[in-house]
Amino acid sequence: MAAVVTKPAQAPAPAATPGRRRGSFPVWRWVILLIAAVYFLLPLYAALRFAGLKAFGTVFTSPGFVPALWLSLRLAAVTWVVSMALMIPTTVYVHLRMPAMRRLLESVTILPIVIPPVVLIIGVLQVMPLSLRASVWMLGLEYVILAMPFAYRALDAGLRAIDVKTLTEASNSLGGGLFTTLWRVLLPNLRTAVISATILIVALVLGEFTMASLALKETFPVWIVLFDQLNANISVSASIFALVVTWVFLMLITVAATRQSRRTGGGEVTLFTVAPRETIGNL
Amino acid sequence: MTANETTADATKSAKGVAWAGAAGGEHGGTSVSLRGLTRVFGATRALDEMSLEIAPGELVALLGPSGCGKTTALRIVAGFEFADSGEVLIDGRDVSGIPASRRDMGMVFQSYSLFPNMHALDNVAFGLRMRKVGGADRRKRAAELLDMVGLAPQAGQYPHQLSGGQQQRVALARALAIEPRVLLLDEPLSALDAKVRLQLREQIRTLQQRLGTTTLFVTHDQEEALSMADRVGVMRAGRLEQVADPAELYSRPATAFVAEFVGTMNRLPAELGGAGTVTVLGTTVPAHSGDPLGSGPVDALIRPENLTVKAAEGGNGIVTNRTFLGAVTRVAVRLSGDTEVSVDVSSAVALEMAPGTAVQVGLPVAPVLVTPRSS
Amino acid sequence: MADMTDTVTAPGSHAGPGARRFPFLLRPGSNRARTLARYGGLAPFVAYVLIFLIIPLVAIIKYAFVDPKTNAFTWSNIDIAVHGSYLHGFEQSLELSLIASVIPGVFGLLIAYAIFTARGRGAAWLRQTVITASGVFANFGGVPLAFLFIASFGSVALVTGWLSDIGLNIYSWGFSLYTMSGVALVYMYFQIPLMILIMLPALEGLRPAWREAAENLGARSWDYWRHVGGPVLLPSFMSCVMLLFGSALAAYATAEALTSGTIPLTSIQIGSFLNGNVIAGQQNVGYALSLGMVVIIAILMTCYVLFQRRASKWLR
Repeated sequence: MAAVVTKPAQAPAPAATPGRRRGSFPVWRWVILLIAAVYFLLPLYAALRFAGLKAFGTVFTSPGFVPALWLSLRLAAVTWVVSMALMIPTTVYVHLRMPAMRRLLESVTILPIVIPPVVLIIGVLQVMPLSLRASVWMLGLEYVILAMPFAYRALDAGLRAIDVKTLTEASNSLGGGLFTTLWRVLLPNLRTAVISATILIVALVLGEFTMASLALKETFPVWIVLFDQLNANISVSASIFALVVTWVFLMLITVAATRQSRRTGGGEVTLFTVAPRETIGNL
Repeated sequence: MTANETTADATKSAKGVAWAGAAGGEHGGTSVSLRGLTRVFGATRALDEMSLEIAPGELVALLGPSGCGKTTALRIVAGFEFADSGEVLIDGRDVSGIPASRRDMGMVFQSYSLFPNMHALDNVAFGLRMRKVGGADRRKRAAELLDMVGLAPQAGQYPHQLSGGQQQRVALARALAIEPRVLLLDEPLSALDAKVRLQLREQIRTLQQRLGTTTLFVTHDQEEALSMADRVGVMRAGRLEQVADPAELYSRPATAFVAEFVGTMNRLPAELGGAGTVTVLGTTVPAHSGDPLGSGPVDALIRPENLTVKAAEGGNGIVTNRTFLGAVTRVAVRLSGDTEVSVDVSSAVALEMAPGTAVQVGLPVAPVLVTPRSS
Repeated sequence: MADMTDTVTAPGSHAGPGARRFPFLLRPGSNRARTLARYGGLAPFVAYVLIFLIIPLVAIIKYAFVDPKTNAFTWSNIDIAVHGSYLHGFEQSLELSLIASVIPGVFGLLIAYAIFTARGRGAAWLRQTVITASGVFANFGGVPLAFLFIASFGSVALVTGWLSDIGLNIYSWGFSLYTMSGVALVYMYFQIPLMILIMLPALEGLRPAWREAAENLGARSWDYWRHVGGPVLLPSFMSCVMLLFGSALAAYATAEALTSGTIPLTSIQIGSFLNGNVIAGQQNVGYALSLGMVVIIAILMTCYVLFQRRASKWLR
């Protein structure tokens, strides 16, 4: 029965390419990366050339540097404490008890990326009681909102990598209560996630400009911009310095975390998080 | 979901018969030849001069533990990896230079290889589309194939709507749609439930025999290999230790590794005698060996069903456990030298051998496999 | 595999020592009580988001409709916000965001794919460096970023100089850092890294088995991307572009630093309300503008969620 269509003959190609890996030399890959490298590194180089390396030294003694930095660090601490206290239990809880909510949680936590801080601060200033508004802590509490996208992402990624349910049930069956499980079982396994969230919270706070300046608080990034009006070289140097230091720091953490994970049988670790938007001097 | 997957589904298609004729007739079967394949990754030899001949229409299983090189060999045949040396011949022609997309082989992967953005019919028709078969024709052909694997009603469903077993059947249909010269299966059943696995085993074997497609099948499950294949090649560390049909593999394993990998084996201390004999449990029997023996102590490898046991005061062992297997019971005995052995004996007899009973374990006079003692 | 010695398990299994349970997991009683208890665990989070995010947003919505002098309901704020220079601001913002999301979206995807599929020695190092750099550069913006580009692409800057040395006078072609395209160029500095970071998990969902299966069935690279890879990645790509769009729309200080108001952009216009640069009687227009942004973002987020849902169906 000729129900089957005859298949066209598939003769193997006579010109046999010697058995080398096909696609082993992906030229396009290096072209793209080269263009990217040029685009990202060239402006840095140009700015450094302009500002001069000497400017790096004088940053630390400039007036207002210390109080501004100190303020930012305190804000970072507040943001971190509140973020972790809020997000860790919530994320663990959702993973354990309400996995269906994860999608919703992810969408909610991504809101701060698309909501302009300008918009947020204009609403906040309208609503917050005067006492809170006058203190510096209000900013820290709002930074928790800004930090949510990547705090959640980092923790979520960390929780997905370990089997939360099984670990919790195991701990439970051996007699561990809620707190013990969280503290002794889950947190140690979430170390990398917490560290990467911490670094990025610090980077966020040390870089957040918009809300701080519109709320009239002189944090470190605000100071950089104000100072810039007096001495461009120094502020640019400060910013580039902060950039490089953060980068090196993150690399070290990643390498250390990968080494540790390889020792315990895991794989490569990357700081996979959603970064906050433009921060230093901005947003 | 799995309740609907029965063997009957696959065999009910009348059109399948016409198919078989067409496929078998067009090719007359394809022979596959692997010659001296070697593949080295840094310090490890994934494949070490591996050679294998597959006759037209044969289903050969490559069996071995993970890391033995079986998947590497398969992927070299498919064209996804390249051997450092050696060649792959299809019908006598070297295919090493031909890219994977033109080798005319159908491959079924371990899991989740169906294209998620297409429903079952389009998945099956994909290969035909690549071969520029017209829309109506390829859809008709794809429908026939889905019918052959018993999934005609699922033609419009997407992979995420199908169970694991159903997905693999679609994957099989997809591989067969292009009427490949060779069918390659990379542990296709490993990710499935036990029950589904058994059903699919039969379906694959039935289809393969009906179509007469030369097939290479990779697995780590010895039961799978023994029940499906015409011949089985046991691999270890990149080398083939033995290639034989299942019965021979089981009853006459060539090396200790094969013996212990396939089925259950007892290891008993033995003494080499003269003229190719060995003394085990007080009995002297002819011995053969697949591994070089040297001068050190040796063990004899004997299957549970090839030992005898009977209750006897002052015997050479004590029963430690009994496992009821149906007609036969496996009795675990600790011998006087602290060696543990398992002996299969009829369940009726085993009733008298409660744990703690003194027994005598013996050995009929028959050739045994001997191997150097592992430390 | 060999050696599965079957044994009949000893009868009677032991219970775990003193198994304690989380008290809130074992709430007997009505279904409703139990469901309430379950959702209760989310209470702190919900409360926090409510206070620090939702209420400010609600305030914005409210004050957008309030007349600053009489405190009565009015449409005038909205009316002003959708006409004249503010309307122009919205148009410009949307146009800028479009350019500054699609282009970095494509580039980001290519870079992410390039590092994701890299093999061999140095591949892991490449991945970690690029990902870490992305995490850092996605944060970098504002005045320093503006300065970086003025120093390299400004009218008397380094690169401009190099280019005119070889005969390419880009400024004579109408290029300027202070136009829409210039600002978009600067935005890409943080948009591309953001894209890399949010696109990577989607790439992880592309199974190599699909590529190999396609190849095995006769598809070449182009066929694979056209029939399988492209369609599967598209929803994730679109959802990421949505995020980039929102991010570009929200940007403030970089635009401010570059343009100082020469290009009207909604975010800057809102900022000026906080600085007190307002016409009397129009103090609440800032809220109306913010409301406009919130509406746009709501639409964006809806698209994002829809695309994500489609993506996860295929990539999970």
